[in-house]
Amino acid sequence: MDSNNSNWEAVIGLEIHVQLSTKSKLFSGASTDFGALPNTQACNIDLAMPGVLPVLNEEVLKMAVKLGIALNANINSPTSFARKNYFYPDSPKGYQISQMDKPIVEDGYLDIELEDETVKRIGITRAHLEEDAGKSLHEDFEGQSGIDLNRAGTPLIEIVSEPEISTPAEAVAYLKSIHSIIRYLDISDGNMAEGSMRCDANVSVRKKGTTELGTRTETKNVNSFRFVEKAIQYEINRQINEIESGKKITQETRLYDSQANTTRPMRSKEYANDYRYFPEPDLLPVILEKEFLKFVEESMPELPNEKRYRFKKNYELNDYDAKLLAADKELADFFEEVVKKSNSPKLSANWVMGEFLAELNKNNLSTKESKVSAKQLGTLIARIEDSTISGKIAKDVFEKMWSSSKGADEIIKEEGLQQVTDLSEIVSMVEKVINDNPDQHKKFLSGKDRLFGFFVGQVMKESKGKANPNQVNEVLKDKLKK
Amino acid sequence: MSLSDKELKEIAYLARINIDKKDFPALKAELDQILNLFDKLNSADTDKVEAMSHPLNLSQPTRKDVVTEPDQRSKLQASAPLVKSGLFIVPKVIEGEN
Repeated sequence: MDSNNSNWEAVIGLEIHVQLSTKSKLFSGASTDFGALPNTQACNIDLAMPGVLPVLNEEVLKMAVKLGIALNANINSPTSFARKNYFYPDSPKGYQISQMDKPIVEDGYLDIELEDETVKRIGITRAHLEEDAGKSLHEDFEGQSGIDLNRAGTPLIEIVSEPEISTPAEAVAYLKSIHSIIRYLDISDGNMAEGSMRCDANVSVRKKGTTELGTRTETKNVNSFRFVEKAIQYEINRQINEIESGKKITQETRLYDSQANTTRPMRSKEYANDYRYFPEPDLLPVILEKEFLKFVEESMPELPNEKRYRFKKNYELNDYDAKLLAADKELADFFEEVVKKSNSPKLSANWVMGEFLAELNKNNLSTKESKVSAKQLGTLIARIEDSTISGKIAKDVFEKMWSSSKGADEIIKEEGLQQVTDLSEIVSMVEKVINDNPDQHKKFLSGKDRLFGFFVGQVMKESKGKANPNQVNEVLKDKLKK
Repeated sequence: MSLSDKELKEIAYLARINIDKKDFPALKAELDQILNLFDKLNSADTDKVEAMSHPLNLSQPTRKDVVTEPDQRSKLQASAPLVKSGLFIVPKVIEGEN
């Protein structure tokens, strides 16, 4: 931030659109699969053919209620739908079915953890259900646009925060926390690159110490965690510069350009934001029965913070390890599978976050795509614990497991990598090394203590790295004295 | 309550309807009647009445999350004025940048 920016503070609110991972659409039985041929998943209802009526997908209600519970929010019953009217070719009805007065989720909050480990509570105004629009393609049609309505009618939930976020870093922490929760709840794949999670940022600035809100802009098209941070930072700086040079901020929608790292005005909201909402006459209000709410509540999975706490308590992990593992549900599940087999939580945590993650990143794979299963990794760690192999040799074994899909035991056996713990075998190796190096032995006896390391090295070499180092030390101490 | 010409034009623009200047007086008179009715409605005391978003006191039925609609693109596009590579072709949308 520029030095003169220290007199200013930003007021940020985020609107996060999350595509819900249902099989069929919000109001029709058309498929929601990603990547189908254009318009092959757009049925009569999605196309707004005359006489069709929307029928609500019950799975969407379950997903929304789960989210509401996770966000410590009220669930509205009845909850009702409204029409948001606007004209655009990717919305055949001329309106989008959304929610206005009675959103399904209202008045919640989320505690986010900042880098200095302080916790900040961000209020959630609401989360409402709505249908997605189709896609417009402007290239290759010589002055015309091509419309693909496969996405039209896909269920979205829009999560609106209170303007209680103060810095770009807080915005990212909040977004990551929401991302982690929707993955845990299994209500969306949260893939920002494919557009399953999209974020708009409402940003305004004001002089520090004042309470009146400045004019805000809405920045769209921020489709990665990094861009959210950069786009908001750019917008804060832009607004401060405008105001300090005597200009006024226009309330407008702006588009983030990640290539240039700038935002620019998209369209004037003067007309566009008059959506003339009214209650959707084709849909009755939805009453969520007590039994239904109870059923959803009982099916709630453990959430990231609960898991982090349990990892600390049950596995005696430190907070850093527990937090890192719990942030990603797949990784956390993988870790627990490893522990079942290895019986060593701390060593398992080190391996999962160390060698395992490094190998995944190197090959650009997700946890699910790992070449080594959790059970296989657990067995490998168990072999370190029971002293079959050393930690150093385990790393070689792991690499071989990754490239061959063989299990740890198989590789250890095939390559004869078992650690030598048989005392008589170690004694004979030590004796051989001493006999082979009479000069060094003499120097050692005359006081050159540093040669002890040389003998350890020779014995380990003799054993091809397989001798148990503690035993080697003990035996050498004894035999070298003579 | 009486509408100005400017307000009438704005309403027509929002609904994407072209209206002829000579129809303004008649349209304004009709819309004024509707607005007067709302004034009358607004004068009713509704403090103790719970808001209602639908006249039927029922809950919206739901359907199971299953795919029931097969691909019918060729049928559905048969009546479209212009189709290319499976896409509906429309006049270029210039507003905004998306």
